[in-house]
Amino acid sequence: MIDWIESLGRSGLLFCERAGKSGIFLLRAVVRRPRVIRLFPLVVEQVYSVGVLSLVIIVLSSLFIGMVLALQGYNILERFGAVEQLGQLVALSVVRELGPVIGGLLFAGRAGSALTAEIGIMQTTEQLASMEMMAVDPLWRVIAPRFWAGVISMPILIAIFCMVAVFGSYLVGVEWLGVDAGQFWSNMQAAVKFRADVVNGIIKGLVFGMVTTWIAVYQGYYTEPTAAGIGRATTKTVVYGSLAVLGLDFILTSFMLGGW
Amino acid sequence: MSDNFVEIRNLCFARGDRWIFKDVSLCIPRGKIIAIMGPSGSGKTTLLRLISAQLYPNGGKVLVNGVDIHSLKRAELYKMRNSMGMLFQSGALFTSLSVFENVAFPLREHTKLPEDIIRNVVLMQLEAVGLRGARDLMPNELSGGMARRVALARALVFNPQLMMYDEPFTGQDPITMGVLVKLIKYLNNILGLTSVIVSHDVAETLSIADYAYVIADGRIIGEGTAKQVAAEKLPFVDQFIHGYADGPVPFHYPAKSYREDLRL
Repeated sequence: MIDWIESLGRSGLLFCERAGKSGIFLLRAVVRRPRVIRLFPLVVEQVYSVGVLSLVIIVLSSLFIGMVLALQGYNILERFGAVEQLGQLVALSVVRELGPVIGGLLFAGRAGSALTAEIGIMQTTEQLASMEMMAVDPLWRVIAPRFWAGVISMPILIAIFCMVAVFGSYLVGVEWLGVDAGQFWSNMQAAVKFRADVVNGIIKGLVFGMVTTWIAVYQGYYTEPTAAGIGRATTKTVVYGSLAVLGLDFILTSFMLGGW
Repeated sequence: MSDNFVEIRNLCFARGDRWIFKDVSLCIPRGKIIAIMGPSGSGKTTLLRLISAQLYPNGGKVLVNGVDIHSLKRAELYKMRNSMGMLFQSGALFTSLSVFENVAFPLREHTKLPEDIIRNVVLMQLEAVGLRGARDLMPNELSGGMARRVALARALVFNPQLMMYDEPFTGQDPITMGVLVKLIKYLNNILGLTSVIVSHDVAETLSIADYAYVIADGRIIGEGTAKQVAAEKLPFVDQFIHGYADGPVPFHYPAKSYREDLRL
């Protein structure tokens, strides 16, 4: 029993230590004298590799998700003679939950793992140490641009996810199953609120982008400098990032539905 | 100004419960090539990282140019590092940048020089290491020796006063090794550098070193000029310098008797 309590205490202390270390790591990377002119091209370069290169998986996934939602929704709504509500059903599901959450999970899997592996390899091959020796702070030169790129890319990717998913549902619902286009769009327009739905979805995207990118760059920077270490760090990024997205989604949704 | 560019006083450093250095003191005089030799795992690379304040000691002081480097704030430390260069064992080139951009990296980060001046400086550095023609290659297109020469050009781009070499000869063919030995000596003389070479390639290192230290078990077990170290009779140094298979460092990993193991 005593051993169990001891190990619980040790785990708790270790968790607090790592949480503090990752917090200080992030603060050192992003809170500093702004050097916008130097930072801007580095961020743009990273937005390309973190955001633009994630577009294919985001667009394809959202298209299929929109199509499946329309198919399932149509089958259920048809029983109640309410197929004209299909646009509303798909749009609210996607904008409020599926867009940010699935977008966040895909982002953690695609961009997060790539970031961790890249930074981990830079650490293992002493590229970050050599940067330090050239009096260039890797937190500023390597970590900060990648972090900001994640924060910027994620809400945009989620917005694209939602638009493509709605388009996918339009293809299945209107073009294939014959729902009236006017009713599809007008019901959607009437039901989706900009402030309560769209803005909240974007806020979720922003938070998920920050957290998943933070986890990815932290795991990469503090990776054990071996091949197995990089593998473990990449796995941790995907697992922790996915759990963080799902957990934070619950917290944010409860705040938002609570009248935030 | 002290004659020593680096002075290490009573240095102690531990990783976890294991002591890497216990009360180590040594001096690195200005303008000289100093070799630090020792078996794998003896802490040679750690010593370079302590000198450059990438690691912090548990005790003792490292004075670089008369300044306790571990007492400096980050900005002061970075300023100090502009007078230091380090050649990493792997070369540590940025894999996403070409040879030219790798050498230009410190210039772009620390100066606002116009592009044509950066170009000329980079080409001069590459010419010094014989790789001006390789400027457009990517690091994955270079051999190990070429990568180290590019890394050397990059480390020297700000004309450092202290140059540290971490295992520069490991894994190199005889021609490359000869080129690197010649380059280190040549650059040290022509640029008036102070050089520290960490290596276990005894013959190559001693051929250019003005003074050598041999470290093992967390302390200095031998020192002197190349001749003095080569003539050292202390069993461990003798075994290390001459590469005997058996001696104070045994050939066999500790085990029970051979007969017992074979159940004879």
